[in-house]
Amino acid sequence: MKILVCISHVPDTTSKINFTDGDTKFDTNGVQFVINPNDEFGLTRAMWFKEKQGAAVTVVNVGGPETEPTLRKALAIGADNAIRVNTEAKDGYQVAKQLANVVKEGGYDLVIAGRESIDYNGGMVPGMIAGLIGANFVTNCISLEIDGTKAKAMREIDGGKETVSTSLPLVIGGQKGLVEESDLRIPNMRGIMMARKKPLEVKEPVDAGTETASVKFEKPAPKGAVKLIDADNVGELVNLLHNEAKVI
Amino acid sequence: MSVLVYTESEQGKFKKTALEVASYAKAVAEQMGTTVTAITFNADDTSVLGNHGVDKVLKVTSSELEKFNANGYASAISQAAKKEGSKVVILSSSADSKYLAPLLAINLDAGFASNVVEAPSNVSPFTVKRTAFTNKAFNMTTIDTDVKLVGVSKNAYGVKENAASATAEDFSPNIPELGVHVDSVDKVTGQVTIADAEIVVSAGRGLKGPENWGMIEELAEVLGAATACSKPVSDLGWRPHGEHVGQTGKPVAANLYIAVGISGAIQHLAGINASKVKVVINTDPEAPFFKAADYGIVGDAFEVVPKLIEKLKEFKAQQ
Ligand SMILES: Cc1cc2nc3c(=O)[nH]c(=O)nc-3n(C[C@H](O)[C@H](O)[C@H](O)COP(=O)(O)OP(=O)(O)OC[C@H]3O[C@@H](n4cnc5c(N)ncnc54)[C@H](O)[C@@H]3O)c2cc1C
Repeated sequence: MKILVCISHVPDTTSKINFTDGDTKFDTNGVQFVINPNDEFGLTRAMWFKEKQGAAVTVVNVGGPETEPTLRKALAIGADNAIRVNTEAKDGYQVAKQLANVVKEGGYDLVIAGRESIDYNGGMVPGMIAGLIGANFVTNCISLEIDGTKAKAMREIDGGKETVSTSLPLVIGGQKGLVEESDLRIPNMRGIMMARKKPLEVKEPVDAGTETASVKFEKPAPKGAVKLIDADNVGELVNLLHNEAKVI
Repeated sequence: MSVLVYTESEQGKFKKTALEVASYAKAVAEQMGTTVTAITFNADDTSVLGNHGVDKVLKVTSSELEKFNANGYASAISQAAKKEGSKVVILSSSADSKYLAPLLAINLDAGFASNVVEAPSNVSPFTVKRTAFTNKAFNMTTIDTDVKLVGVSKNAYGVKENAASATAEDFSPNIPELGVHVDSVDKVTGQVTIADAEIVVSAGRGLKGPENWGMIEELAEVLGAATACSKPVSDLGWRPHGEHVGQTGKPVAANLYIAVGISGAIQHLAGINASKVKVVINTDPEAPFFKAADYGIVGDAFEVVPKLIEKLKEFKAQQ
């Protein structure tokens, strides 16, 4: 089984979010970039398939050279090889087009992506890849088993979960639950050394336009100070929620 | 040319989000000088849609699509959009709609903007405001394709009534190979889900143990709210994973979010930024949550929550 794991290179969860160039660009100054948390669960699940079922695991990112340390980290965790599609990621569609092309050329059976990336939160790349290559698709995936070309998955739905069966080729949007958090891997010294020697192929992009464009960013209006209510006067909270905030 | 909206139903009844996206579609149609067509799957009485801005309903009745199927629904919706010549297609941000949206976008060659929080500021170029960086910012986005797909965030636009009526007609799309088959559904029924709730009562590690959740459930019941929790609470197995709120958990866009014994770490706050009014109850006056909240009580949850339940019961009795 050939698995492709899509890795989004995103600001660390604790990053301060600021913009430059008249609020048109994300300010990367002082920001640490990491593997998108949803993708990390997928990468770990892929390592399980590699170790237990002999799958070959490739990681891929669409982005400039600055994303290579993130791909190297994925190699240090245990992926066999990496591909970087050498173009700036502009919108979900353009990224999905590039990834769909990688899938077609590489003949992957299973594509594991995250349900969304924590920067633009578009939540569209995995589904669009599936749509473009005509593969089956399961998102919000919290468990995945593969037997030959058959797949069983569980996905989170509003208010519960459902179990589905499908077949390869398959694209999933993974999330927390796909593996236990305690099973997430931190690269060790040996992994880091080995990652240096593993192939990282730079692929030129295929022609793909964008469908949407980011015009400007805005930060939420600054919040007024919290209104503190005395713990001995809880009735006042009820009063404020009813008369002032009008939410009860 | 009409704006097409996918209105979700469950066991034949429309969800609140269906009325919200219908209201949103009406606003877009007015801006574009056109009408609203809704597509429904196995829904019973569609008259309520007319009262929320829909002019015409395309009713799909299909045993094959009795259970939600992303591929099947996306295909049917795209056939409806083509039949109506719709340039704008609108859906909600429920888990199901988010699942089918990218497939629909590819079927229709439509640019897709998700997590949209306001009616378009302009329809040419088509410009919408959406959340980004897990609610830490907004992004103004243009959709540049001929057909546009918009996913509307829950509770962002609101439900707007409109005294009108809708015509209904049956619609029988070709149903494609479904590809993914639902074997079983495990859903808590009879409880408000985090996704649908207008009020969410959430508690963190400050509650000390799962045995103390009784008062949180009671508070939620008095308010008609859903219960939620912080990540360590679900990691410790005190509460089910589906209740974990935050960057790696569920987003909450409620009208009221009450956080009890939650410190307010940045990853937790990222999931609740879209909520309108936030209340925090915490023993530690330095807890970061106080900076993010609208109302706060510095106090012990074990004393404050029972009092709050009592006061709310008195308040409800007076209403
Ligand atoms: C990559 C990553 C992703 C993460 N994603 C999430 C996420 O999605 N959601 C999430 O919640 N966390 C997430 N976290 C974890 C997050 O950083 C915090 O650890 C977590 O939110 C803390 O939960 P807590 O507030 O319940 O617990 P604690 O930090 O232990 O805080 C408990 C609070 O309860 C108060 N307290 C104690 N006793 C009482 C009492 N009797 N009455 C009232 N108050 C009391 C304390 O003062 C304290 O403020 C993530 C972390 C990482 C690294």
